[in-house]
Amino acid sequence: MALLNDALRKLVGMSTDPYIYKIEEGAIQRYADAIGDPNPLFNDIGYAKKFKAGRLLCPPGFFGWPVKKGPGPLTLAIELIKAGAPFRLLDGGVEYEFFEPVGAGDVLTMHNKIVDITEKESKSGSMLLTTIEATFLNQNGDVVAKARSTFINR
Amino acid sequence: MAKKQLYFEDVQDGMEIPTLSKIATSKMLVQWAGASGDFNPLHYEDDFAKANMVNAPIVHGALKRAWLGHLMTDWIGEEGVLKKLSCQYRGMDWPRKMKTFDEPQDGETWHCKGKVIKKYTQDDENLVDCQIWVENGKGETTTPGAATVALPSKKK
Repeated sequence: MALLNDALRKLVGMSTDPYIYKIEEGAIQRYADAIGDPNPLFNDIGYAKKFKAGRLLCPPGFFGWPVKKGPGPLTLAIELIKAGAPFRLLDGGVEYEFFEPVGAGDVLTMHNKIVDITEKESKSGSMLLTTIEATFLNQNGDVVAKARSTFINR
Repeated sequence: MAKKQLYFEDVQDGMEIPTLSKIATSKMLVQWAGASGDFNPLHYEDDFAKANMVNAPIVHGALKRAWLGHLMTDWIGEEGVLKKLSCQYRGMDWPRKMKTFDEPQDGETWHCKGKVIKKYTQDDENLVDCQIWVENGKGETTTPGAATVALPSKKK
């Protein structure tokens, strides 16, 4: 069965409005505590200030907790279902590229864009694989990271 | 506090990354939901999980990804830089329930593991490509991934 229709093809290139937010120290500490990571660079403000970055750093893949609030990859993934993609939505995985350290006090702007939609046959039937790229810029306009998430609709 | 620094010269192809063990508990999932902002009921509500054919609340894929991040930052030390990190959520995991306020019931322990695939120098950076993964209590890989790190050299 062909899942990839014209309405879905038109979604490639769709993006969310930029989302701007500030990274708080407490958000970093709560995140490090939740995963059980005692690294002082993520937990100890005094220690981290003496390190070259001069501030509490974010653990890899954490860009301040509003990532799941506001418009994000999931906002775009929901558009897929509206355009006729199968209702069951799974998070397939993610690829990060890190370019600059991210830490407390940074103000990030996040952009999300659908970069690819493909159909794939698997043992359990057809599925759609959608790649959504999130780009994070800091207050200086530098791209600090990119995250490519794969969502599966089946 | 600070761990011993890993240098590019310390690394060889095929070398294993020291294993990081984790115990996912219902409590950790609640804490993760709050810290990450992922409030999908699939990760805390029994009936919702059953209706979605996963039997019981499952461990967030992104939590396992965060464990893999922890594996790498512990290994590379404060002077190492994580350049790339990726993983795929292939298999589901179910957390241990709590026995007391802060003690989990007996059960599964997860192991974050990795090995060095290749070390090389590119654009003046000392890079190491690694294969990384999360293994469940049965030794099955539920979350395979990859990472690239830049390490300091003893020569500089």
